[in-house]
Amino acid sequence: MKLKQLEGLLGSLQQFSNPKVELEQYPTGPHIASRLLYMAENTFGGISGKVVADFGCGCGTLGIASALLGAEHVIGIDVDSQSLEIASKNAADLELDIDFIWCDIKNLGWRDQSVNTVVMNPPFGTRKKGSDMEFLSIALKVASGAVYSLHKTTTRDHIKRTALRDCSAKSAEVLCELRFDVPQLYKFHKKKEVDIAVDLWRFVP
Amino acid sequence: MRLLTHNMLSCNIKGVSNGFPLRLEAEKWVEKEVELNADFLRGIFPKIEWKALAGAARAIGYDQLPDEADASMLDSDDFLRRFHHALLELHVEEGALVCPETGRRFPINKGIPNMLLHEDEV
Ligand SMILES: C[S@@+](CC[C@H](N)C(=O)[O-])C[C@H]1O[C@@H](n2cnc3c(N)ncnc32)[C@H](O)[C@@H]1O
Repeated sequence: MKLKQLEGLLGSLQQFSNPKVELEQYPTGPHIASRLLYMAENTFGGISGKVVADFGCGCGTLGIASALLGAEHVIGIDVDSQSLEIASKNAADLELDIDFIWCDIKNLGWRDQSVNTVVMNPPFGTRKKGSDMEFLSIALKVASGAVYSLHKTTTRDHIKRTALRDCSAKSAEVLCELRFDVPQLYKFHKKKEVDIAVDLWRFVP
Repeated sequence: MRLLTHNMLSCNIKGVSNGFPLRLEAEKWVEKEVELNADFLRGIFPKIEWKALAGAARAIGYDQLPDEADASMLDSDDFLRRFHHALLELHVEEGALVCPETGRRFPINKGIPNMLLHEDEV
């Protein structure tokens, strides 16, 4: 599938209708999501024919992109059942078979290394400090191949240290720096859109 | 929920030492055909807990898997077909996953297992 085509399909997905502030619910835009998955597949061969988990899947964007790029089995996990309902519908509309699990990532009971790849856009931890690190450490246990994730550029050094030292990742590499438009979903955002710098990371467990 | 997902999940309640495999109680399930990918099946075979897969398949009325399996069987097309069917083509829609140690039930609705823990379980 061509990049533009993937981006177009992701752009047609339904997104959070009632985003919950405390869960940091905002979608990864189609531009960033399609590039993240394209790189995971074309540069590293991490998607097609693999088992892929989407941590904090929300309305399913990253998992659906994985399925569109030929993942053999995709599992989306989110703590919010309303998002999962939208995600299921999004997957069904595109005739994709994706499994969803209603679960808090922190309490996920999963056999170690049971998936090849984890893709995620975790809560940045602006509402609940440290949630991005929790996502990362669990992703590094569950994945056997690689973890692709987005984190705020301001936390780059901290992420690298945590991944390599605390989670014993073999490598932690920033693939590119992106601008992430967090739309004005929340009243406390004064401007229409806050444009923040975000790193696309690849971690090898 | 496919049985491949079931094969990865365990019960994570505080204090539970062996939460795998979750016993599957299936009330409603569907079959959806997907293309067989032999390379995928060979690659994932070593990661599969066979007994858990065969047990879960039996719980939804599919008894065509042997009780035990080893890698030499992957040369047989017939075995691959059954393995593929059990792992990827059976979807549990309604039912529950039950912790083997505590008996705690995790309901499955519209194909989605609810694995949320209560406050006193974490
Ligand atoms: C920034 S959004 C990303 C959504 C989606 N992955 C995407 O890329 O469009 C973060 C998601 O993580 C979910 N989430 C937050 N905390 C969670 C937790 N502890 N366990 C599971 N999911 C969580 C939220 O409900 C939300 O859907």
